[in-house]
Amino acid sequence: MAKQIVKALDGAKAVAEAMRQIEPDVVAAYPITPQTEIVQTFSQFVADGLVNTEFIPVESEHAAMSACIGASAAGARVMTATAANGLALMWETLYIAASLRLPIVMSVVNRALSAPLNIHCDHSDSMGARDAGWIQIFAENPQEAYDNTIQAIRIAEHPDILLPVMSMQDGFITGHGVERVEVLEDKAVKEFVGEYKALYSLLDIDQPKTFGAWAFYDYYFEFKRQQTEALSKVPQVVREIGKEYGELSGRYYDLFSAYELDDAEVAIVVLASTAGTARVVVRKLRQEGIKVGLLKPRLYRPFPGKELVEALKHVKVIGVMDRSIAFGSIEGCGPLFLDLCASFYTYGNGKGPQIVDYIFGLGGRDILPEQIEGMVKELLRIAETGQVPYRVGYLGLRE
Amino acid sequence: MAELKGWKELPLGAVVLEPGSSAEYITGTWRSRRPVRDEEKCTHCMICWVYCPDSAVIVKDGKVQGFDYDHCKGCGICAHECPVKVEAHAVTGKPGKVIQMVEEV
Repeated sequence: MAKQIVKALDGAKAVAEAMRQIEPDVVAAYPITPQTEIVQTFSQFVADGLVNTEFIPVESEHAAMSACIGASAAGARVMTATAANGLALMWETLYIAASLRLPIVMSVVNRALSAPLNIHCDHSDSMGARDAGWIQIFAENPQEAYDNTIQAIRIAEHPDILLPVMSMQDGFITGHGVERVEVLEDKAVKEFVGEYKALYSLLDIDQPKTFGAWAFYDYYFEFKRQQTEALSKVPQVVREIGKEYGELSGRYYDLFSAYELDDAEVAIVVLASTAGTARVVVRKLRQEGIKVGLLKPRLYRPFPGKELVEALKHVKVIGVMDRSIAFGSIEGCGPLFLDLCASFYTYGNGKGPQIVDYIFGLGGRDILPEQIEGMVKELLRIAETGQVPYRVGYLGLRE
Repeated sequence: MAELKGWKELPLGAVVLEPGSSAEYITGTWRSRRPVRDEEKCTHCMICWVYCPDSAVIVKDGKVQGFDYDHCKGCGICAHECPVKVEAHAVTGKPGKVIQMVEEV
């Protein structure tokens, strides 16, 4: 295992540190709370001459992603970062980056979308981009944000994949929360990510190429099919790279992580930092003899439905915790609930646990262990009685 | 046009690997009106050649030869910009300019 240094870093600085070690060819970014710290820290590295990265300060997030697309098409290794309204402003270009098969890595520090104006965490920003063709990975804490950033380069640039990766962490909770982070040596990171050689380069003047040409009803469809094929290969690649990274760092990564799930009767499924809170609740309730488990998805797009069904099919009731609303979906549920329900319908052979959704933490509303404990008690009542009082509930909402 | 390829055969990201291949894409079928030129009265001033947005005015040795109807979309800019007047056009018989637009049939 490689030597590591322990540093006190918040999630944003941990990502900036990973970016310094990766030393991409180009970073084009625009500041937005709570992502600003990433770009600010990284631009200082550029100014101090610690990296040879071409840093492009741009006038908007649409311009940021456009510059990333241009640089990536030219054959550069490209990174950026954004959040919330900035991500929303990238909308058009997100699809272009994925469709052109450009392995850009973008750090997203999750923040609620306006209105009302809010700077705190929920997942409405990246969830809105879940159909854009990007790979999406969620981190629980600064350590995972650091580790995921490094692995994201390899996932994006894998020859079977060639798709952009969005690497998430919770705004402020993770982004500005200082924790102990084990940091690899620069050399180890550089060796792990290796040199990037683009499949096609716009700057290859000996073999000129056209990027972004049109394709009508005669060809457009085929290129969409290629994208979905590449996404279907992502889980396998994420696992391989997670294992290789584990051998390097001692921290192994998979599609999801499970805690006390094997013999659980009820399970919590939740993304990102709240999994840490839920784990504390599970540990406490286990000491009381309650058979509750936790599943924290790491890879969200492509959604590893088959693997999640396999891991959860033995439980009686699942409480999904959604930190955003998929507005207009059944019962006003969240996206994680939708994906899990669809997965059980698709892979569950017509049977599966009861699944209940709990919307929580919108706009940075705190989620407390007592609230999660109350939710688990509800799940246990459903398991006992078979009665589901409601399909979508709310944690921490005032009536 | 060549036979359409399946999704497994196409370059990733819709990248076009062959330079200048847009010439193979026949856009002339979009046309609803076509330009016609009075060859006798044409002064070969090249104004139509300069303005044509599809490079569909064929020129050889400094002389306008005609139009590339595989790629002319019938926008009419050449006819609009043509500076040479005629009293009776050789093709249409109408007064106007050396280049005039006629209905595509």
